[in-house]
Amino acid sequence: MERTTIDLWFGAFVAAGFAALLVLALKVGNLGAERSGETYKVQARFDNIGGLKVRAPVRSAGVTVGRVADIHFDNQRYQADVALAIDKRFSFPKDTSAAILTSGLLGENYVGLDAGGDDAKLKAGDRIAITQSAVVLERLIGQFLFSKAQEEPAASAPAAAAALPQPPGLKK
Amino acid sequence: MLERARRPVQALGHRVIDGVWRTGSMARFFALVLASSGTSLQRFRLVMREVYFSGVLSLVIIVVSGLFVGMVLGLQGYETLQKYGATESIGVLVALSLVRELGPVVAALLFASRAGSAITAEIGLMKVTEQLSAMDMMAVSPMSRVIAPRFWAGVISMPMLAALFECMGVFGGYIVAVVLIGVDNGAFWSQMQSSVDFRYDVLNGMVKSFVFGIAITVIATFEGYDAPPTAEGVSRATTRTVVSSALTILALDLILTSLMLRGGT
Repeated sequence: MERTTIDLWFGAFVAAGFAALLVLALKVGNLGAERSGETYKVQARFDNIGGLKVRAPVRSAGVTVGRVADIHFDNQRYQADVALAIDKRFSFPKDTSAAILTSGLLGENYVGLDAGGDDAKLKAGDRIAITQSAVVLERLIGQFLFSKAQEEPAASAPAAAAALPQPPGLKK
Repeated sequence: MLERARRPVQALGHRVIDGVWRTGSMARFFALVLASSGTSLQRFRLVMREVYFSGVLSLVIIVVSGLFVGMVLGLQGYETLQKYGATESIGVLVALSLVRELGPVVAALLFASRAGSAITAEIGLMKVTEQLSAMDMMAVSPMSRVIAPRFWAGVISMPMLAALFECMGVFGGYIVAVVLIGVDNGAFWSQMQSSVDFRYDVLNGMVKSFVFGIAITVIATFEGYDAPPTAEGVSRATTRTVVSSALTILALDLILTSLMLRGGT
């Protein structure tokens, strides 16, 4: 088979295309950073997971140690059952607690692990007993308003009454 | 009086019926191309020649416009993100908009006007000069000798061109945001890497450009094959290739995006 310039151009073109795809995978996408190797799965139940999503990071002391593998709703307990895939290189005590936190004011949700003091380590399939739910902003504001209203009932009650218009049917 | 009222209705009906007719014969044409592509894949040199003409020669326009689109995205994104104090997210903005939407769509539009119109004009002129009939006389099927190699060349080139476009776009965004404006280099790449998912964003974009490649080449070869064998017919067919492939790309983009987006999760 004799060689032609077309062959050279075709080869160069296909090579450039695959090189571009490789750059997109490794430099732009997350394929390079994702290769963390073996993981083990740990379960945790939360009352409310807020905006946590599958593949959200699991962090301990701010360092990513794993990913959220699966989230589903437990219909017996009416809680969210979250599976955490943690890198095999890291092991945590059995009484480690998990909390759903937010990175920054508007950032993504992640699971934060706080190590306990137990000698036994978490194994695959274990359940994290101590969990803390996500902070839901609406509830926080509701609680704040409620406690504010309870603090000074005398001051706020007349103001609230004055703000309400008198129903027209009740006039004497 | 009645005649004057009837004419526009008649013309409209004629157009609609003609459109349906063309769609049907285009589908039959597509099936015929697939059926007769066996020989062109065996004689792969034919496909390589067409990849050279429609893919390699489109490289310059794809690379240069990718660079400019990325630079504009960098400038505009910086302007907007600055209001929210989130200029480090510029990398995410540039990469996601290129990889998901602009890369496949703009590369396909450029490919349709650069290579699709050339394919239509070439096949149309072959028909005008009776080269296609001559092939038929020599028992060489024009479908497998002329049409199928061009079809496969387009299908191969389109994802490559889109990937190159996206790379150049990200590079252009990098030049504007990091080199010229001075956004932090580490934050630019690390935020980009943490929010661009290879399977969900990059591969879905590649699927899009693959589908666009099929659509453009089917339209271009069909219009050329179907063109009336006159100078005016070929010129009309070329125009129609560019117009209808642009509309098809944008409509397909809407359909594919709505199929691919999986909402919040």
